[in-house]
Amino acid sequence: MSTALPSAASLPDADAREMIRIESVTKEFSLRHNHSLKELAFAALKGKKLSDSFMALNGVDLTVSSGETVGLIGLNGSGKSTLLKTISGVLFPDSGRVLVRGRVAGLIEVGAGFHPDLSGRENVYLNGAILGMSREQIDACFDDIVAFSEIEKFIDTDVKYYSSGMFLRLAFSVAIHTDPDVFLVDEILSVGDEPFQRKCIERIRQMQADGATMVIVSHELDMLQKLCSRIAVMQSGNLIFNGNPAEAIRVLRGDAQPGEHEDDADEHHEGQPDDLDTD
Amino acid sequence: MSRTALNREEKKQGWREPGDDAGWLNPVKERFLLHLLVKKELRVRYRGSVLGMAWSYVKPAAQFLVFFIALGVFLQLNRSMPAYAVYLFSGIVVINLFGEVFGNCTRSISSNAPLVSKIYLPSELFPWSSAVVAIIHFIPQLLVLTVGSLVFGWRPGLTEAASFAAGFTILVIFTVGLGMLAAALNAAFRDVENFVDLIIMIATWASPILYPVSLVHKEMGGSVLWSLYAHNPLTIVVELFHSAFWRGYARTAHPSEQAQAAIDIGSSVAGLWWFGLLTAIATFIVGALVFDRAKRSFAQEL
Repeated sequence: MSTALPSAASLPDADAREMIRIESVTKEFSLRHNHSLKELAFAALKGKKLSDSFMALNGVDLTVSSGETVGLIGLNGSGKSTLLKTISGVLFPDSGRVLVRGRVAGLIEVGAGFHPDLSGRENVYLNGAILGMSREQIDACFDDIVAFSEIEKFIDTDVKYYSSGMFLRLAFSVAIHTDPDVFLVDEILSVGDEPFQRKCIERIRQMQADGATMVIVSHELDMLQKLCSRIAVMQSGNLIFNGNPAEAIRVLRGDAQPGEHEDDADEHHEGQPDDLDTD
Repeated sequence: MSRTALNREEKKQGWREPGDDAGWLNPVKERFLLHLLVKKELRVRYRGSVLGMAWSYVKPAAQFLVFFIALGVFLQLNRSMPAYAVYLFSGIVVINLFGEVFGNCTRSISSNAPLVSKIYLPSELFPWSSAVVAIIHFIPQLLVLTVGSLVFGWRPGLTEAASFAAGFTILVIFTVGLGMLAAALNAAFRDVENFVDLIIMIATWASPILYPVSLVHKEMGGSVLWSLYAHNPLTIVVELFHSAFWRGYARTAHPSEQAQAAIDIGSSVAGLWWFGLLTAIATFIVGALVFDRAKRSFAQEL
């Protein structure tokens, strides 16, 4: 949302600069079972436990420098998405702090900002604005966004009539055209059919070449290994490894039951949210 | 605004905390996004509807007719109050705006749950876009009121314009403040939205919208209750609207004794506009502060 901030490229020695600094961040979720006053009152009377809590993040430290692409891997519920959400500003750490520089755009879930009752065109504007673009910026790259998504014919149709593939194409297309300094991606590279996926990866490579900083959460380990300069492994709220991609994947595979991650990857082909829901 | 403040050095290096934004000024800073959210809300509200925006005329018109027949004709307020229709409608538009702003704001966070919990955008935009939608719905009602008053022989002057401006300002500041407070609470407890509906229903009768203010004064004049009644910001706003659209005309229409009392007492209540404004600003500040404290936990509450 901070279009006024100087972009990374315009500042001196952009290469060596840190873009994200995460300092011993903890986040505890209370899983409240009751959502009304009546239920709360009853629970209090019966002496029932009001909430369970669990540590989604437990003292995580991570630094990402300009131009790096950092992968985040881990089993379901290990805190990957929570960490990404604290970087994007959706969630706030209980202790520790998260600092960022430049313009951050997060694609936490494909199409979360899309409204089914608006046309493709209106959704492009709404989503672009949510991801921090101004009207002029969207006007300027509107044609590119539509061309990239390859759904020119349906751009004035309500999004509710789109097939899920079309929907994801448009959402992804908007996100990659926001041109952020820091790009946060959660399990979305499995979008669309194979030609489109290839196109997305190409585009991400191009953004890397242009010096964008990225944090990618995914279960598709092979693809991450190719894209990332560094991979961090998370396990129940802790960062257990941070470094060489191939080694990181070995760390994760060593921890996981054989074959489990394969199932995971299949499950998440539709870009479903992977982590524990908080409600 | 941030709790773990950055030191000056870090700020100079361009660091900031994610989600640390302009607070209650966000709607001004993010006008384009606010505009798009308002458009979205209007489109969604009238999807698949033939009448569309015309519903914002139909509903108050029906409401007006019901009250006018029940109170004006059956209870004969029509006879004792000059231009009772104008008196009634200028109060109804106030309570409609109050109800819609308050109700919409209260639900604005919970009804935008997918956005709030998945993507970062300044959450102040949600109650504000709801408020703007309500104000857009208020405009046609205002037009009808203006035309109706002109038909009755109302001629606007400086007093009228000033009264309207004061009333409208107080009403919007006060209600958005309440709305932000309720929206923040409603994210944690959904009971709040039902409670708010209750408040709106009571508010309709707790200010002189349907009946002349003189009746209340006759019953409890001089008591603490009267003082409470008169200092209710909504009562003040309603009387300011009466000043704007009705009182000037009513004075010239040879009012009955009861109507004269309604004019005099109403006019003294409208004189409390400064109190209304102060209450409104205080409410807004409290609402904005509570909202700002609560917004960090919206994503996990929903």
